[in-house]
Amino acid sequence: MVPQSTETLPIRISSDIVMVRQVVRARAAEIGLSLVDQTKIVTAASELARNTLEHGKGGECQVEVLNSTGRAGLRLSFSDRGPGIPDLTVAMRDGFTTGNGLGLGLSGSKRLVNDFEIATKVGEGTRVTVTRWK
Amino acid sequence: MSKIPQILREDEQQILAEWMRDMSSAEKRSDLINADDLRQQCDRFLRLLQQATQSGQLAEITGEPYALVRDFLSELSDSRARRGFTPTETAKFVFSLKKPVFARLRVRESGNADELFAAIQTTSELIDKLGLFTTEISQKSREAIISRHQQDMLELSTPVVKLWEGILALPLIGTLDSARTQVVMETLLQKVVDTGSAVAIIDITGVPTVDTLVAQHLMKTVTAARLMGADCIISGIRPQIAQTIVHLGVGLGDITTKATLADAFLVALERIGSSVRSSIAESNGKPRT
Amino acid sequence: MERIPILQMGEFLLVTIQVDMHDRLALALQDDLTNKIVSAGARGVLIDISSLEIVDSFIGRMLANIAAMSRVLDAATVVVGMKPAVAITLVELGLSLPGVRTALNVEKGMDLLRAAGGRAGGPAKH
Repeated sequence: MVPQSTETLPIRISSDIVMVRQVVRARAAEIGLSLVDQTKIVTAASELARNTLEHGKGGECQVEVLNSTGRAGLRLSFSDRGPGIPDLTVAMRDGFTTGNGLGLGLSGSKRLVNDFEIATKVGEGTRVTVTRWK
Repeated sequence: MSKIPQILREDEQQILAEWMRDMSSAEKRSDLINADDLRQQCDRFLRLLQQATQSGQLAEITGEPYALVRDFLSELSDSRARRGFTPTETAKFVFSLKKPVFARLRVRESGNADELFAAIQTTSELIDKLGLFTTEISQKSREAIISRHQQDMLELSTPVVKLWEGILALPLIGTLDSARTQVVMETLLQKVVDTGSAVAIIDITGVPTVDTLVAQHLMKTVTAARLMGADCIISGIRPQIAQTIVHLGVGLGDITTKATLADAFLVALERIGSSVRSSIAESNGKPRT
Repeated sequence: MERIPILQMGEFLLVTIQVDMHDRLALALQDDLTNKIVSAGARGVLIDISSLEIVDSFIGRMLANIAAMSRVLDAATVVVGMKPAVAITLVELGLSLPGVRTALNVEKGMDLLRAAGGRAGGPAKH
């Protein structure tokens, strides 16, 4: 029986993105996700962590192992208190770029996960929550 | 203060004996489980239940006192499902504990009709909850087994054939839905790595319809193969499919397509051959033609 | 900060990426390769990513940048050994890395580089 767990990882420097990848990879393997699904969620985590660092000016990632409803899953929540995203529709469109020319990778990450939620407010910050189910 | 925990603890052996005795041969299922294993299951369940009730908690099975009971029942449901018991049979096994427990309660609370009634009520509800818990677990077990079988079948229906050194063929048959295409993609790409094949021919003669979604899936497979260093050729494009593709405005990009597997094979040979030719020319010191 | 080593084999440079690179390390590799192509007069670069379990958009763009920069410097680049799970994920992410030549393994990659003759022309994959 996989226990539920929550851990919070800081995202403040670029090596934190590597840490996020490694922790997400470990949890994904623990709940028995297939290799392809593991790769997808870790890659999504990398994209979103980088967004948090670069666009959001730093924040954190909450990693939750889910198992309460009998179905195992991994939920990741990336939050920052950065500038927020003014126009979500544009941001979610493929190829949107902001800041130093790097795309926000939101639409791509969305395709790599099962559930995708985003809440953002200009001047207050952004929170992206993604889930990959087994 | 309920006397149930005390009664279960003190009379555990008697309850166990009566339980085994009362169990009908239909319930015993000696074809699926031998007598020793069954007795061990009963003994363990009764022991854990009795211990859990010592906490005084007799209404809810979701908390800490019943953690070991739940774990035991989960394992029990899983193992019974694998042996071939239906969820109902496993639940009935749990429910069958009621009879010997009630019999015990009747003896211990004799002359006290109100107390007896209350005890039977409480015990009945408790065992009901435990039985229903096993049903939930059984269902999930069976679902997991079915989905594993489905996965196996999907993989079996994706036969990748090695046509030549460095050339694979994947004849697809039947409809391509999202789940199937995932498996197909993964199987093909893995075979590409395993065999070191630089060309893969995906034959869709046996695919009845190609809509936008299927075309997208094919595109993704081809693009992924390219990233790995292999080329894909799509063969078996029937006239109707060609029409559909054009009509839908679906771009197959610059993927090579051929009407028949044989044509695709010739193209594949050329592709393999050309790199062989040029490296031979190089090693002979001759200029590349 | 440690840097990814670049091996020189005659006119070719060989890079094997085996660590989970943080962004600065990837950028350093880009710089080092560009410099080395010039200083070694290399006509081809082979990047072996067969150990990489994750290639995200940053690494993907790094590979595309290296390919583009080497082309400007009249050298060819081949990326070899991408794992199936990585390829599937990159495609889903929306990255197809056009302009990056690929091969299944180091051996086939070297064949491709030799055949490319060092010029940015030659059998283009995309």
